[in-house]
Amino acid sequence: MSTQLEQTSSAPAVSAGVPQLTYRHAVIVRVTHWVGVVCIAILLMSGLQIFNAHPALYLGQGSDFAHPAVSIGTEQKNGREIGVTRILGWTIDTTGFLGLSGKHDGDEHAFPAWLTLPSYQDLAGGRRWHFFFAWLLVFDGLIYLIWGIASGHIWRDLIPSARQTRHIGRSILDHLRLRFPRGEEARHYNVLQRLAYLIVLFAVVPLLILAGLTMSPGLDAAFPWLAPLLGGRQSARTIHFVCAFLIAAFVFVHVAMVLLTGVWNNIRSMITGWYKIKPEPAADG
Amino acid sequence: MVKTLNRRKMLAGVAGSLTVLPLAGCGESQGMRNVLDRAESLTQYAQRLLLSRHSLAPEFTEADISPDFRANGSTDPDDPAYVSLAQSGFKDWRLETGGLVNTPLSLSLGDLRAMPSRTQITRHDCVEGWSCIGKWKGVPLSEVLQRAGLKPDAKYIVFYCADSLDEENGDKYYESIGLSDAYHPQTILAYDMNGAPLTVPYGAPLRLRVERQLGYKMAKYIMRIEAVSSFRRIAEGRGGYWEDRGYEWYAGI
Repeated sequence: MSTQLEQTSSAPAVSAGVPQLTYRHAVIVRVTHWVGVVCIAILLMSGLQIFNAHPALYLGQGSDFAHPAVSIGTEQKNGREIGVTRILGWTIDTTGFLGLSGKHDGDEHAFPAWLTLPSYQDLAGGRRWHFFFAWLLVFDGLIYLIWGIASGHIWRDLIPSARQTRHIGRSILDHLRLRFPRGEEARHYNVLQRLAYLIVLFAVVPLLILAGLTMSPGLDAAFPWLAPLLGGRQSARTIHFVCAFLIAAFVFVHVAMVLLTGVWNNIRSMITGWYKIKPEPAADG
Repeated sequence: MVKTLNRRKMLAGVAGSLTVLPLAGCGESQGMRNVLDRAESLTQYAQRLLLSRHSLAPEFTEADISPDFRANGSTDPDDPAYVSLAQSGFKDWRLETGGLVNTPLSLSLGDLRAMPSRTQITRHDCVEGWSCIGKWKGVPLSEVLQRAGLKPDAKYIVFYCADSLDEENGDKYYESIGLSDAYHPQTILAYDMNGAPLTVPYGAPLRLRVERQLGYKMAKYIMRIEAVSSFRRIAEGRGGYWEDRGYEWYAGI
């Protein structure tokens, strides 16, 4: 990896109007990325299956069944059943997606069958998938993290440089105008990309794991400070759900950016490592 | 060389996890189930490393007790023998203790109440995701086991209950725990809840509390305790009513 980087950085600058290939992703990044994709997809879907067994979220140690912070269910309106989602006192009709879905909106699932794993109601099955792929993601994450620290990848490729931080306003504007880095700039992750990866890897995921572990009665006995730290077991369950939602939102934006910035080039680079850099537009137009 | 080996191993891992994907749509095969079940052993092993024999589940104050404790599982067993015991206030009920013990026991509620007791305010975590806090008083299971005297080959304690959740096949509820949980100080046979005798929805006259595991381990309506060397020959052989229906035997997560 480091030799590759040196090669590319000593290569002539990309300006001659010719696309150039650069070795962008080390093999560990590529493999842990795709294992992570599988794990996260299964964890999100089996997590919704588990949520469906009791589709309400609370704050504190215990469940105040009469006053959940969030709940999904059904109610009668004008003589017919509708799916409703209640968030902090707000009630939203979500028939067709949350509460009631499927053929003729006849399935009383909180999250619809097409989003859960298994698709039918099966808490035991959902838990089996969830815990197996949670363990796999732990090993996947550890390999990435240890390598990332040892190789300098996290420091070199993820922590924004001082220059990048200074131009963050410019980067935000460019993103809003869907204008993405070309030429030399495209050799590296841009500043918003770095911040997004750092926040997910070192804030959202650790909090999500901690909140997940706090739901375990066994670990709460081993580490009595765990549940109070997160405000109680039910708060931990809510935090776990919110973090999972943030990861789903990240995945959504991530995939959108992949599509917007050259889908085949991006996918090839995450499979083979090689990324094609588009030349800078010529100055004279 | 080392690098290619690692790489090959990792690719094999990816391929392995990808091959399970198509199976997700059409339900689990037995092979799939066996693969996924490995995570349970890993969880149990990891928690055994982290949990000392004596680490206690968090205990709470009277002010934390849930005003609306949800009764889970069966709430009104229709077994005729149980119904008639309940009608007479459980005065003829006996806790039978047998199996791999030196002295089989038959204890009335009065006998159990005369034994040493422990009171604890703990959080009940249901596998569905909710939690309630309640105060439990009962006799430590270890007291009963010491009085009966376990034989050396006893490895599990099985609890046979009066209720059947599935009315069609009438399978009775049962549960089992290992000896480290059986002798844990917070593992009690509870006869009081929130300062009053257990009512029927909560498992009268006697229920188990295993505070470091999920709610379904805490058998209600206990009629009989058996010390065994293996639970493979009991019902479907997975160690409990819900375990026979796909849930983990070790319910620490």
